[in-house]
Amino acid sequence: MILTLLKKELTLELRRKSVIAGIGLYLFSLVFISYLTFSLRHNSINAATWSALFWLTILFSVVNSIAKSFIGEKKGLSIYYYSVASPQAIILSKILYNSLLAVILSLAGYLLFTVFIGNPIQDEALFITTLVLSGIGFSSSLSLISGIASKANNSNILMAVLSFPVLISILLMSIRITKNALDGIDRAASYDELLNLLAINCIATALAYLLFPYIWRS
Amino acid sequence: MKNLYKYISVALLVYIHLGGLLLEAPRLNILNETVRALYFHVPMWFGMVLLYSISVYYAIKFLRNPLSDFDLKSVEYANVGTAFGILGILTGMLWANYTWGSPWHGDPKQNGAAIALLVYLAYFVLRGSVDNEEQKARLSAVYNIFAFAAMIPLIFIIPRLTDSMHPGNGGNPGFNAYDLDSRMRLIFYPAVIAWFLIGVWIVSLRVRYRLLQNQLSEN
Repeated sequence: MILTLLKKELTLELRRKSVIAGIGLYLFSLVFISYLTFSLRHNSINAATWSALFWLTILFSVVNSIAKSFIGEKKGLSIYYYSVASPQAIILSKILYNSLLAVILSLAGYLLFTVFIGNPIQDEALFITTLVLSGIGFSSSLSLISGIASKANNSNILMAVLSFPVLISILLMSIRITKNALDGIDRAASYDELLNLLAINCIATALAYLLFPYIWRS
Repeated sequence: MKNLYKYISVALLVYIHLGGLLLEAPRLNILNETVRALYFHVPMWFGMVLLYSISVYYAIKFLRNPLSDFDLKSVEYANVGTAFGILGILTGMLWANYTWGSPWHGDPKQNGAAIALLVYLAYFVLRGSVDNEEQKARLSAVYNIFAFAAMIPLIFIIPRLTDSMHPGNGGNPGFNAYDLDSRMRLIFYPAVIAWFLIGVWIVSLRVRYRLLQNQLSEN
């Protein structure tokens, strides 16, 4: 069931090319704005600023692209899902699909940053592991929050307000690992943070799995 | 007998104010007399975390058995917890102004506390933007549980990974490391209990007030 739903998400997404293009363009604009505002052709930024800019860009593009996972859906469609699938299958398929989206977005963002702003990362394998882990963490928290926000009025603002405090712990961990990756410190120094990130992911996914049926029922 | 805890909390608070301000406190570098903030600032955080935990407990109870009483209690515990959090931040800023030199210092514990408050302010915004009463209660209960679980790493784990400037962390003098600590503990532990009981008292008053309001609006 999960696989069927996942396949459905993918085909729907590939069919609506404008949505993918929109997300990609959003990411590109964010990167390009940071490039222009810092007038990077003439001067470069230090590593700490690079990491702050990078994570802000990723945060905003991921929040905006995952927000639509429940918010944009039509009322009739969710009634149809309700009758054919269990809520657990729905949330797991959404989390899987959103993780894929978040990881692709982060990698694309990394690529764009490399092209426009430069790539001060010294330990790339560590950094990419962080990107994957934080992508999964973002998607599991945001999928649930998107479900909550979709039931309320002014859901787009609510999405941001509800998600940022929850995401900060993931963000802080990622920034700490990014700092180690920027300095090229020995990997053993980042194991604690990686484990923490993994633990936060597990907590977020488990809670989303347990709590989603209660939102879905209404 | 039912009101016993109220008498206990009042008696303890009188003792804490007299004892906390008049009894001898250890002389520590930089801290000096501000060490007495321990009796008023730190119990606010203990109270906030305890009240939020009870709020989450009622949120879980509500999801298992949707009675509006549980929802009411969950909200009121969150309300009073937030009041404790704001008082904790204010007392902490006052203290930091004299010991660290400025009210906001970017200390990990300070930031964690601010984020905890943000979470619950977002919780109130969520409650404000859903019209249907039953749905409001269910959605906010889900967010309450989720946000509380996401907040725990912030408040309890991250400050321990980095050096905090709080007394007792990262080599700063705290009351544990000194032989006079037993005298402070004699006031500190009752202070935690008393402030928490005061919080519970406020919650019980607010819950009764809200129940009466609901009854009035029904008639």
